[in-house]
This record gives sequence, C-alpha cells and structure tokens, in this order.
Amino acid sequence: MVLAGVLSMAAMPAWSQTSAYRAPRTADGKPNLNGIWQANNTADWNLQGHAAGQGPVAELGAVFAIPPGLSVVEGDEIPYLPAAAVKQKENRANWVKMDPEVKCFLPGVPRATYLPYPFQIVQSRENIMIAYEYAGAVRVINMGAPTKAPADSWMGWSNGHWEGETLVVDVTSQNEDTWFDRAGDFHSDALHVVERYTPRNADILNYEATIEDTKVFSRPWKISMPLYRRVEKNARLLEYKCPEFTEEILYGHLRKKGSK
Amino acid sequence: MRHLVESAFTATILTLLFAPASSFAQAPATKKAWTPPRTPDGQPDLQGVWTNNTVTPLERPKGLGAKEFYNESELAAAIEKERKRLGQAEEEGRGTEPGTAADVHYDFSQFGLDRAQANLAWNRRTSIIVGPEGLIPPLTPEALKRRAERRARVKGHEFDGAESLSLSARCIARPNVGPPLLPAAYNSNLQIVQAAGYVVIESEMIHDARMIPTDGRPHLDKNIKQWMGDSVGHWEGNTLVVDTTNFTELNPYVDAQNLHVVERLTRVDADTVLYQFTVEDPGMWTKPWSGELAMTRLQGQIYEYACHEANYGLANTLSGARATEAEAAKNAAAGRK
Repeated sequence: MVLAGVLSMAAMPAWSQTSAYRAPRTADGKPNLNGIWQANNTADWNLQGHAAGQGPVAELGAVFAIPPGLSVVEGDEIPYLPAAAVKQKENRANWVKMDPEVKCFLPGVPRATYLPYPFQIVQSRENIMIAYEYAGAVRVINMGAPTKAPADSWMGWSNGHWEGETLVVDVTSQNEDTWFDRAGDFHSDALHVVERYTPRNADILNYEATIEDTKVFSRPWKISMPLYRRVEKNARLLEYKCPEFTEEILYGHLRKKGSK
Repeated sequence: MRHLVESAFTATILTLLFAPASSFAQAPATKKAWTPPRTPDGQPDLQGVWTNNTVTPLERPKGLGAKEFYNESELAAAIEKERKRLGQAEEEGRGTEPGTAADVHYDFSQFGLDRAQANLAWNRRTSIIVGPEGLIPPLTPEALKRRAERRARVKGHEFDGAESLSLSARCIARPNVGPPLLPAAYNSNLQIVQAAGYVVIESEMIHDARMIPTDGRPHLDKNIKQWMGDSVGHWEGNTLVVDTTNFTELNPYVDAQNLHVVERLTRVDADTVLYQFTVEDPGMWTKPWSGELAMTRLQGQIYEYACHEANYGLANTLSGARATEAEAAKNAAAGRK
C-alpha cells in the first residue's frame, strides 16, 4: 500500500503537488510576482530535446558549442503543417544568417521569457510591465478591460487577468519576424500565445505558453518550464543594448575600405 | 543628412491632440500645495503616460538676458507665434529651397512630427535651464582639450562605418532620454510604472525602460558603465528623487567623465508632473546646472519604437557616403586624363 502511494505520487507532474501554494500578496491583494526572473534551460537553443552539438564558430570550441537539453514542448512535438516543416528545416540550416536574435532584433513572446538573460516584472494595479535585459525589450500588460492592438509589433499586444494564483496573458498582434529559438522554429503573423505564470514557491514561477497559429501549425501546442528568481541581494537588470554588437554583420559591407 | 540618419523608426503614430494650455503655465513656485493620489502601497502615484514635449528651449535665447519668465501677455504672444511657426509644413518652420538636398526630408505637418500637433506644456519659463544665465556653463579647460582631441581624431572619418555615426542613428541611445529627460523633436512620450520598491520610466524612444530601485540600495560597482547610467531613487515627501551615476563617456554628454545627475519628479496636479534636474561633472563644466519643465498627461499610450529593427537610415547614410567617395574618385580619375 505504502509503495503504491509513493509510485502514484511519482507519476504526478512535478508541480501539481504545489498547486495549493498561495503567493504573498501585493498591497492591492494580487499574487505578488514582482522581481527579477530567469529561465535556466537550453530552450533558446532548441525548444525540443537535443543532444550537445558543434557550435557555429569552430574557433570558439567548447565556449560556444550547443549545450544539450531536455524538451520544453509538451509531447516533444511541434505540429508543423507540411510546408511549414520545410521552412523550419531551411531556417535551421541557415540560422546564423536568419535568426533575429543574432541581429539583436526584439524577441517577441514567448522567446523573450527563456532567452538566457534575466527579466523583471513590475506589477502595478493598472498594468504589469515586463522589462527584459536582452535588447532592452519591454512590454506593458494591460490588466484592465481587454483592448485591441492598434498595429502589429515585435512584442505584440498583451491583455492580462488573474485566475486564482495565476497571471494569464493573452498575446496577439505579433509580427511574423520573430522566432521561437535558434533551431529555426518560427510562426506567422497569425500567432496567438496564451501565457500562464503561476507561483510555485517564493522563488519559482511555473511558466506555460500555449501557442496557436493556423498558418503554421496543425493544432495548438504548449511549452512549460520553471522560471527562477534571481535571489542575489543586489540583483539588477543591466543594460544589454546589443545593436552595437551586430553592426559588423549588418553594415560591415558598407564600411569605407581600410577604415578598420 | 540629419533627416536621413534620424529616420529609423517604424511606429511613430502619435496621439494627435490639441491640448489646452496646461495649468503649468504658472510658475511652479506659485502653485498651491496639492495632495497627489497614492499607489496601494502608499507611494505618491506618478504613474501614467506623459509627454515632456515643449517649445521652451533648453538654453535661454540671446537677448533675453537674465529674464527667467515671460509675463502672461508675453506668454500668450509666444504661444501664438510658436503655434504658427510649428504649424508650417517645414521642420519647425525653417523653410528650405525646393530642389536642394536640404529640401529632402519629412513633411513635418504629417504623422505628428511637428510638435504643435501633440500635447504641449506651456509654461512661463524662457528656458528649461533655470537661473539668471539660463545657459549650460562653460566647459573646463580640460574638457575643451578632450573635445578638441576627439574632434581631431574623427575629422575626415565621420562616415567610415556604423560606429562613426551618432548613438541615435545607431539606435543605441538617444541623448535626450538622458538622464536628464529632455524633449525631442517628436515622440517625447514616456510611461511611468510603479511597484513596491521600484519606479520605471519607459521612454518611447528607444523603448528604454529605466529601472529605478527605491529600496535604499547603493549604485552599481563603478566599473559597470551604462549608456543611461545607473539610477537609484528615494522619496522625499511627495517627490521622487533619482540619483544617476556610472555613465559612459559618450552619452548623454560626450566627453563627460564623471557625470552625476539628480532628478526630482513631483506630481503637482492631476495632469502634470514637475520635472527638475541638476547636472554636474566638475571635470566637464565650470559649475553644476539645473533645469525644470513640465510633463503633461497624454491620453494615449506608448507605442513600440522598434528602431534598430528597421534602421534603413544607417545603411543609407553609409551607402551614400560610399557612393559620394566613388563619384569623387571617378571625377578625379577623369581629371587626370
């Protein structure tokens, strides 16, 4: 009997055990998500499970090789439509040239969440700002009555609401120029993302994003991962204004000959 | 050229509003005390979307001497004159000759690019910089020397590569975002968001969110230099005081090596934040200088200013420079024949 109980516990998803956690509250009574957070995985390399691999710059050896990682995709399958599957393979084969992250372009959602940089949640009564260290990306989640985007944008349009302990954010109107990872996983301008941020304990949020895009995928699919609080006493979001680091690849061909 | 290099923007749709002259038209010293609303955790509430758009110049126009304020009728005349001037199709009322390179620029009557189309906070000050002089103080001899050396270094190399161009043209930083926060020719919009222990000031250009901790922590290590410096804040009554150090030598004031900026933000009525600042660097200027202006509430939102992602201006500027060089080389070769 005891053994069976242990086994059934083990079979449960890790965080269903913590669903009863009640987060500390802000002054206006909402779960308090304020803080600096960061994913600690290799999802930005590839959402799906992947073995270690040679990096794109051989000279960098083990410093910039591809680290191995487990899948963050539910079922480990991204349900591409046939034409989209071909496009994803092309993207992957040419990712150094094509990945918007290489160019320091705004990352879109959900990629902003699991880039290897911290981000900060600033939670007010009227809205919730998320500022990302990468490229100084920022978005403001409207917590009032849902509003409609005036135009497509890189970071999209975010309307949020609370479901118990969970912050649910509906993200629409993202342009088609962002990717999901360095493995060429992509979407169209029909992308619709629903994010769920649920405190698991004082220093971990469970993050889920349901991804829907009828032009690219045959069905909605889901990623999930924990986000960890940067618990250093002096933790800060620093500037990572990366346009500077991309000038050679973007404008090097226009340089005056012999000037550098 | 200036129009080309500043052309990198994709979302400049402005809230087009003709605002009535703000109540800030009075000198702030004469304002009655007003109790600002509080956030749920008890901070004075500075939140909202604001603009510091103004036609008040940073430095006092020559000829006004020590005159720090216009009187009411002078202000009315100035408003009338500015509205007329800004309402013209040309940039800020400066005409250009058709068919010349200078004539190639935006139609400033469109897309809210002329400042008179957006909210303007009129006030009686003759310049943003306060005090009898109303000017940025003279540079120190050492700063003049640094400047001369730098200018000699870059002379003839202004368009060599991306790094030769301004930080604005490169979508890295806009000097007016500072700190101190000063108005730009357009899109002088910002949003303030507050949570317990933090105030964020997000400037629309270039989606720069300045994260200001208000929990008493010290500045970053001094070897961490940032384009916008490192800001820490605290509350003095209803005023947010922000102290910023750790700047690079290139922004917002080129050649300043020990820049220190103190800003004071005070909500003076429902639709106005009084913004005051002091800038100092003993190695740069012979004395500190201070200014103030109004931030006016904007009935609108901050748009995503994706600058770097569509920076055709930078590519076009370099491409133009290469074409000019090729043309000059061709002409020189033809001349030798």
